[in-house]
Amino acid sequence: MRLPERFDRLHELVRKEFLQVLRDPRLARLIFVAPVVQILAFGYVVSTDVRRIPTFVVDQDHTQAARDVTRTVTASGYFRIVGRSDRPQDLVDALDHGRATAAFHFPRGFARDAARGAATVQIIFDGTNSNTATVGSGYAERIIMAYALREGTLGRQPPVELRERAWFNPNLQSRDYNVPAVMGQLLLILSLILTSLAVVRERELGTLEQLMVSPLGPGELIIGKTVPFALVCLLDMILITAVALLWFRVPFQGSFPLLLLAGLLYLLSTLGLGLLISTVSNTQQEAMLSSFLVAMPMILLSGFMFPVSSMPAAFQWLTLLNPVRHFLEIVRAIFLKGAGLGALWPQYLALLVMGAGLLGIATRRFHKTAS
Amino acid sequence: MTALDPVRLLAVARKEVLQLRRDTRSLILAFALPVTLLVFFGYAISWDVNDIRMAVVDQDHGQRARELTDAFRGSGRFLIVARPEGTADIGRLLDRGAVRIVIVIPPTFGRDLGTGRTAAVQAIVDGSDANTATIALGFTQAIVQQFSARVLFQTRRVRLPITSATRIWYNEELASRNMIVPGLVAVIMMIIAGLLTSLTIAREWERGTMEQLAATPVSRLEVVLGKLLPYLAIGLVDVALCSLLGVFLFHVPFRGSVLYLAGTSFAFLAGTLGLGLVISAVARNQLLATQMGMIATFLPGFLLSGFMFPIDNMPLVLRLITYLVPARYFLVVTRGVFLKGVGPEVLWPQGLLMILYAVVGLGLAARAFRKELT
Repeated sequence: MRLPERFDRLHELVRKEFLQVLRDPRLARLIFVAPVVQILAFGYVVSTDVRRIPTFVVDQDHTQAARDVTRTVTASGYFRIVGRSDRPQDLVDALDHGRATAAFHFPRGFARDAARGAATVQIIFDGTNSNTATVGSGYAERIIMAYALREGTLGRQPPVELRERAWFNPNLQSRDYNVPAVMGQLLLILSLILTSLAVVRERELGTLEQLMVSPLGPGELIIGKTVPFALVCLLDMILITAVALLWFRVPFQGSFPLLLLAGLLYLLSTLGLGLLISTVSNTQQEAMLSSFLVAMPMILLSGFMFPVSSMPAAFQWLTLLNPVRHFLEIVRAIFLKGAGLGALWPQYLALLVMGAGLLGIATRRFHKTAS
Repeated sequence: MTALDPVRLLAVARKEVLQLRRDTRSLILAFALPVTLLVFFGYAISWDVNDIRMAVVDQDHGQRARELTDAFRGSGRFLIVARPEGTADIGRLLDRGAVRIVIVIPPTFGRDLGTGRTAAVQAIVDGSDANTATIALGFTQAIVQQFSARVLFQTRRVRLPITSATRIWYNEELASRNMIVPGLVAVIMMIIAGLLTSLTIAREWERGTMEQLAATPVSRLEVVLGKLLPYLAIGLVDVALCSLLGVFLFHVPFRGSVLYLAGTSFAFLAGTLGLGLVISAVARNQLLATQMGMIATFLPGFLLSGFMFPIDNMPLVLRLITYLVPARYFLVVTRGVFLKGVGPEVLWPQGLLMILYAVVGLGLAARAFRKELT
């Protein structure tokens, strides 16, 4: 058979699958609604920034000194006072009921001790949310310390001053880090579900055999079942980038073609996994649940919400086998650092190798189950 | 015919169990997912920031500069992995992600300290992961402040008039594990309800057994409760499994009343399973039911309950929506019982809301089912 004919046939097959995807309202919902919901969720909900911590103040001293410290604490913007009292029991109640996350306790004689140079403010934190408590108690301690340094030197500068700069994300907004990363899990879930469902649906309907006996080669069949979804995923990638840039104003420092290249390489792995799932699933329902079971650990171990650097060493090594991790590193570096291939080639290489491997295995298994 | 006959109720439940036993993948999901999640969050995943990779550029080479470097090393928070000579390498180190933070001690550092001028130390942090960066900067500020205070005392005999003493309650070691495991109990129930029950009625429709079920002399309530019973059992086993693993394997404190946790779990589970049935009845198709179940229960349970992301941080509209998410209240109960050791005396409003939720959920399920039959 001549090459142009082959190409025509392939083109027809891809077109058919693509139309089928767009015509199925359920899939259309999945493709267009899911990204929007996720990006809004991760833009507005997933924020680990700590500010305006509900705070309870117990002042048993009733002096200007205690009020001055309280004012310094609230002026920082990290704490907002939700209640005051002079009974320590009220503090316990406020924390037990969850009305306050932090509490400052000025004991009787605070001002007198401060004049002698030995006063202590008690800071109490609700540790139930460990992240808020870690960051918040740090803020509280440093505000008190800075206040004490100022008082101790009678308003002069402390001996050492820290000048801080944050590169790549100067305002330290967790949103800038999280929103672009939505791509990683979205592409994974979409390609797993779309590919495995498409194959399994044909199997359920009994049309897979028809396709097998048609003059289409097995390779062409796989291309037909993956390329349309790859296109859909790339479309979603562009959609997410657009929302991130235009709505959430996430900075984009790097090159868009490089981002697309990363997306393509990443899709090799995810589509391969989708095909693999289709070979072990008999019903669409099974395919859906399997996709969920595969995607969940991959997302958790990708550094998406939980930094890889906080994992135990063994798991950090394990994440190297996770394509999502490499893709997210590329996406974040391109968005925030403007990094290029010079810095990111190991990640690109990893995606290429894993993609080729997974797609290869999937193709072989696919032939076996098909024939 | 009485509305609720135990024999017929159990017959429906038995049928459901038989069907469930053949659906291996759902069963695996029901038991493997909670354990997997727990192991992940117990062993692998955390927000605890330790061993932050750091580079120190010491341009001073003096005694004081060494003391400051030692203060960083001795803090146990930082791992000094590079000591470049000049500032030229900073960009490369941060770009490749080799270090998270760079401290630059200027050449005039020791001299400034000796003459009483303010010495400036520079900290450059990779801000891309804002949360880790914030924590790293926080540790840095604290170490520099303490160093400042020490210098002040040594050179001018000035003592700080006020110090702070911090105590962390409920989660003394500040482990994110202790925050997440109690929350997982709620999230796992959401998954069970969202993924499993949403299938049950849809399956009857898909297989055409719905008409058969309608033709049998069972009442609506019997069908709804009978279908719920097996899932209720699975859910309660999951809760017990999670709690036991959390307490004995991961040493999450459990300070409150087992009974109160069991009671509220029962109510929460009943309500959520009821919602799952409603979804299942509306969708009539297993695939659609799964998707709807995920969107209606799993996403809000995970994101809008305060499980990991503080509700206080959300914009007003979303904060208002969270009041409609039952997991929000249930999470207060699990955390309260596990970590705070409080019981009904503090958590009674949440308990009442759980009961209300169960009544509404089951009522809706019974209603949705009637509509299907006519």
